[in-house]
Order: sequence, then structure tokens, then C-alpha cells
Amino acid sequence: MEPAEIFSRLEKQFSGKVSDFKGDVPEPYFLAESEAIVEICRFLRDDADLKFEVLSDQTAVDWPKEEKIQLVYHLYSYTCRHQTVFKVNLPRDNPKIGTVEDIWKVANWFEREIFDLFGVIFEGHSDLRRILLPEDWEGFPLRKDYIEQEEYDGISTQRAPLVEKLLR
Amino acid sequence: MKPLINSLPETVFTTKVDDLLNWGRASSQWYMLFGLACCAIELMQTGGPRADLDRFGAVPRATPRQSDLMIVAGTLTYKMAKRTKLLYDQMPDPKYVISMGSCSNCGGLFQLAYSVCKGVDKIVPVDVYVPGCPPRPEALTEGLLRIQDKMMRERWLVKSNPPTEAAAGA
Amino acid sequence: MNDIVQEQDTGFYTEDMTISVGPQHPSTHGVLRFVVKTDGEVIGEAIPDVGYLHRSIEKIGEKVTWHGYVPYTDRADYLAAMFANQVFCMAAEKLSGTPVTRRGEFCRVIACELNRLASHLISVGTFGQDIGAMTPFVHALRERETINNLMEEICGARLTYNYIRIGGVGYDILPETCARIAAFLDHFEPIVEEFNRLLSENKIFIERLAGVSVISKEDALQYNLVGPNLRGSGLKWDIRRDIPYSVYPELEFEIPVGTGHIGTVGDSFDRYWVRIRELQESCKIIRQCLKMLPAGPAISKVPRKFKPPAGECYVRVEAPRGDMGFYVISDGSEYPYRVRIRTGSYTAMSIIDKLSKGIMLADLIVLIGSLDVDAPEIDR
Repeated sequence: MEPAEIFSRLEKQFSGKVSDFKGDVPEPYFLAESEAIVEICRFLRDDADLKFEVLSDQTAVDWPKEEKIQLVYHLYSYTCRHQTVFKVNLPRDNPKIGTVEDIWKVANWFEREIFDLFGVIFEGHSDLRRILLPEDWEGFPLRKDYIEQEEYDGISTQRAPLVEKLLR
Repeated sequence: MKPLINSLPETVFTTKVDDLLNWGRASSQWYMLFGLACCAIELMQTGGPRADLDRFGAVPRATPRQSDLMIVAGTLTYKMAKRTKLLYDQMPDPKYVISMGSCSNCGGLFQLAYSVCKGVDKIVPVDVYVPGCPPRPEALTEGLLRIQDKMMRERWLVKSNPPTEAAAGA
Repeated sequence: MNDIVQEQDTGFYTEDMTISVGPQHPSTHGVLRFVVKTDGEVIGEAIPDVGYLHRSIEKIGEKVTWHGYVPYTDRADYLAAMFANQVFCMAAEKLSGTPVTRRGEFCRVIACELNRLASHLISVGTFGQDIGAMTPFVHALRERETINNLMEEICGARLTYNYIRIGGVGYDILPETCARIAAFLDHFEPIVEEFNRLLSENKIFIERLAGVSVISKEDALQYNLVGPNLRGSGLKWDIRRDIPYSVYPELEFEIPVGTGHIGTVGDSFDRYWVRIRELQESCKIIRQCLKMLPAGPAISKVPRKFKPPAGECYVRVEAPRGDMGFYVISDGSEYPYRVRIRTGSYTAMSIIDKLSKGIMLADLIVLIGSLDVDAPEIDR
């Protein structure tokens, strides 16, 4: 199915909750509301014509100028051989969204990574804690306004340049 | 007393006890497998058939309790730094550290990263730095030979040259 | 003290313990740690703890230029460095519309398939070593030395290549190198047979692997396993055939799938057997490419200050550990806005928690080795 057909299918089912289909770019995508994310994903997985069995990727992008953190979901279907991309906008000062862990179990680890690096809280997640960074790390590094801390656990994070000045 | 020059038969050889001890230690450096990242693959290849580390007596050991050389091969992150210090402390004296590759020398090309420790010498004292990204097996072999030279220069029984700090504490 | 002696009269006294396997351990999957709750032999739960090699490669993508990011993609999976290079360059080319020369495409395929051979050799060699078979590992390292020599002739480096650039490849493959690659393939194909006699048809190896940690097709899809892990569970899916890229549509090769001829479909032996068959298929692909290599330039002209128009794209290739996808967003400047690397080993780790309940400690090693997880791919 083409991306435009997938979008029109979803619009019929969830009118008002999906919007802004962009079809003229190399990767067509549409926007979804954050409150309806779990129903939309369940419909995408279980519907007989869509059948998206696999959550290929779930990631986040920080847009500080527009005051939002955007979650991006890439879904793929092995039986129907089509893909879809949709995005969810979350407010930057309090990003919260429901988890899709019950629909695709791989979302467990994807969401832990997004929590670790961006600070997005996933409601209903079974085990939301840091995965890639140490447990006592402060800050969310992949945000654009992250400042590296001066030292961690007694180790300084700076290194003096090896060649101070070349005497010519 | 008759002079000893040119008087002993060929089956006897003489040396200093220091040299004998050091020759024994240098010819059997057992290194701990501490491969963290890409340099670990080159460490494996150096221990492999072509550039053989076993001909110098260096065999890999998995545990720090049985090794006297730690080859830090790869990038050190802050999460791993505490464990590195723990493993270094578990090694028995006298112990040596080779820092293999740019990442463990100074952070390497990951100096822009927020989670990488800029050099393993912030955690443990390093004896030999082997540059490269990753260093060729020949470069790592040269590093091992430099450690051998360092071992041969150490003095244990002669009082005028003070022993190394590690043995002084014992 | 008295309690223990009394217990021993009636039965066998065991105690549940929580032990930590790793992060420093003699297997070569890198720095991984498992917190294992066991009673000594049977595992209650094995929770993976990752992040010991998190080198923030995604954040560095926002600080260096497009051309300058290619060496960092090498380190995203150092055993399959060519594939990571290729997928980033494909993303940059898709965003900017840069064409790739035909000779460049064939050079890319030759380099990538040689890298697939090297990666699978490490994978099966270290799998044998983890089980306890030391000899096949040394044989695999010996063959890998020859591949490293060939790679050094092609691009100058043995492990982290920085060979595939935006618009083509960095250096041309000379005719002498092509002759040496053909001679290596003539030598290598009988070695795979020898490897099979040493390891795959070995009764002890089969007993350790057959029927252990079966992953059903539904689980494989729920946990998004890719690559040989997915094909070992019976689903015939390969990016080179199903979402084709580069010149793979013009090449003839088969896709090996796990059939359960020894053990069950989806067990550890199937995943291992798919990798051995892929070694043979890659040799066929390289031979066809060497015959079809056209004349022409190896790289098309790309400006030094590369500024693709604003946009985003998601590109994937079939790396040795599955489908590696790069999601790249550009905002029109010299530096990418966001680079996201999605690898096969990250999702493969998430299934270990579920599969490890109730197996023995030795089977956990078999499970990790058969899934072929790799620390740099997990932590990036």
C-alpha cells in the first residue's frame, strides 16, 4: 500500500487524531496525537490490510527552537511489504507519553534509551531506568542544550592539550 | 686464590641474580584479556597465527589474579572506569600496563564525546603507550618488547638502586 | 553452621545467588554484563546490563561535518565497518541526490562482502571458542589475516576502513588486487568445508546447540530480530533481496534459511548454520562482481563543503548482524542535525531476558554466541 492510502485508512478510523500528511518528501510521514498513540499502534498492528508486525525503530529528535521533542516511529510489515513513518510532538518541559510495550515487546528497550538520553517519561512502562549511561548520571545528553559536567566520580572530564605551544 | 677468568668449563654460566630474575619475568609476561573495543580485535589477531605473541612467552589469561600485564585495548568509558581500577588493584605486584590505541592513550577520536574518559592514565599508571587506531600487530609487539626492556632494567637485590615503588610497599 | 549440617542429612542444600557475568570476561562479544540469579546450575533470570562502551557516536554526529563523520561510523560496529560506512553515505546521497558511479557501486559490494566474510569468521570462530573448541578459532583468525591483507591493499587499513565515501569509494581497486581476491576465494572455499568437518559436524558441538534456546517466528517479530537471527527462525527476509539497494538486483545468490535439519527450527544450531551458508554465498557474490567490474571513475564529484538540503531519510542495509538503519536529519548546514543508528544487536539483547529463564548457565553462553551480539552495536 502506498503511504497516502495508509494515511487515509487511518484518518477514517481516527479522525482528528492523525493529521498533516507530508507526501512529497523522500520519506512520507504524518503526525499523530500523543493521547491516542496506543490505540493507533494497536490498530496498525492488528488490521488485516495494514499488518505492521514490526516496530523497526523508535527514536526522538530535540527541536529547542520550536520548544518540542518529537518522537518518530518507523513501522514495517513483512507480509504486506510496506512501511510507515509517523511522528508525535511532545512539549519540551514535560514530555510524557504512553508506552507501546504491550504491542511490540521491543519497545521496552527503545523507550528506555529515549528516557536515558532525552528524558521522555513513558507511562505504564514496566522498568523505566537508565540503560546506556551510569545510574547516577545527571542530565539528558542528547538534548541540544546539554552541558558536559566538570567531573564524574572523581575523574576530571577535561584533558590538557598534549602540545602546549610549538616554539618555532 | 686462583683467578676465575677463563677457568670454568663450558657447562657453567654466570650472571647476576637480578638479571636472572628479570629474564625469567620478561620472558613470560602473562597478559590479562582486557579488550574493550576495536583494539581488542587487533589484540586477538596479534595473539593469532601470523604475529604470534606466544613466542615471547606471553599467553592470555582471563583473570587478573594470574596476570602481570594489563593491555588496555579500546575506549574507556566512565561506566567502565571504576571496574578498571578494581581489576588493576586485583593484579599481584609487580604489574605493568600497556595502553593500546589512541582511545586509551588520550581519548582518541572520541574526545568530543560526553561519556568517554580521556585516557586510561587518569585511572591507572601506564608504562608504555602504543599509538595507532588500531595499532598494527607489529606495533603492539614492539610495545611488549619495550616492557621487556623496562623489566630488564629493574634492580631488586642491589641496595644502592632503590627498588620500584610497588615493591617498596610490600 | 549446625543448620547446614542438618540439611545435608535430608537433602542437597543449595542457595540462590546473584552473580555478575562480566563486564570483563574472556569471550569476545565485548564489554557486556549479565546479572544472573541462579542456584548454581539453572538460571532464574539473566538481566543484561549494557552501556560500558557507550561512546556517544550519535551526539558526535551533530558536531562534525558530513565527510568527517564517516570514520565514526566505522566504530559503530568495528567488525562490519564497511556496512556502516555504506549506509551513512547512502543516506547522505539520498538527501542530496548525489549519483554514485557504477564502478563505485561494484567496488562497494566487493568490499562489503569481503567484510561480511571477515565478520562471520569471527562470529563462528569465537562461538566455538566460547563453547570450548579452541582450534577452529585459530583457523578462522588465520583466514582473517589474509582478508585483512586484502583490505589493506584496497584501502590502507586493517580494521576501521573509512573506505566508502559520499559519491563512491575512496580508492580504486587495482587489477592486481582483483587477481589476489580471486586467488583467496579459490583457497577459501575448501576451508569452509574443513571448518564444517571440524566444528559443524562435530557430535559434541551439535549436542550443545541443537534444540537450545528456540526462538519462534512470532517472538522474532515481536522482539524485532533481524539478519541471521530472523532467518534462523524460518522467515526468509534479506534486505539485499527484499528492499534492494546498490547493484544487488543484478547478482545471483541464495538466501539461507533455518530448516531445523538438526534440532528444531529456530534453535541455536540454525542461527549458526545460516552464518556458515552465508560464507559460501558471499564467495559467489564476490566472484560475480569481479567478473562484472566496469571501467570508469570510482567516485563522483562531491563538493568539499557538503551541504544537503533540509530533510530526513531512513536507509537500511543488510549488515552481518542484521539490518542496520541510519535515520539522518539535515537542516541544510554543514553538520547533520541528528544521526540515529539502529542496529540488530540492540534488539537481540532485549530477548535474552525472556529466553534465559530456566536454562542452564552453560546454555546462556550458547545463547549469547548464537545471537552474535556485539558490544559496539549495542552501546554505540
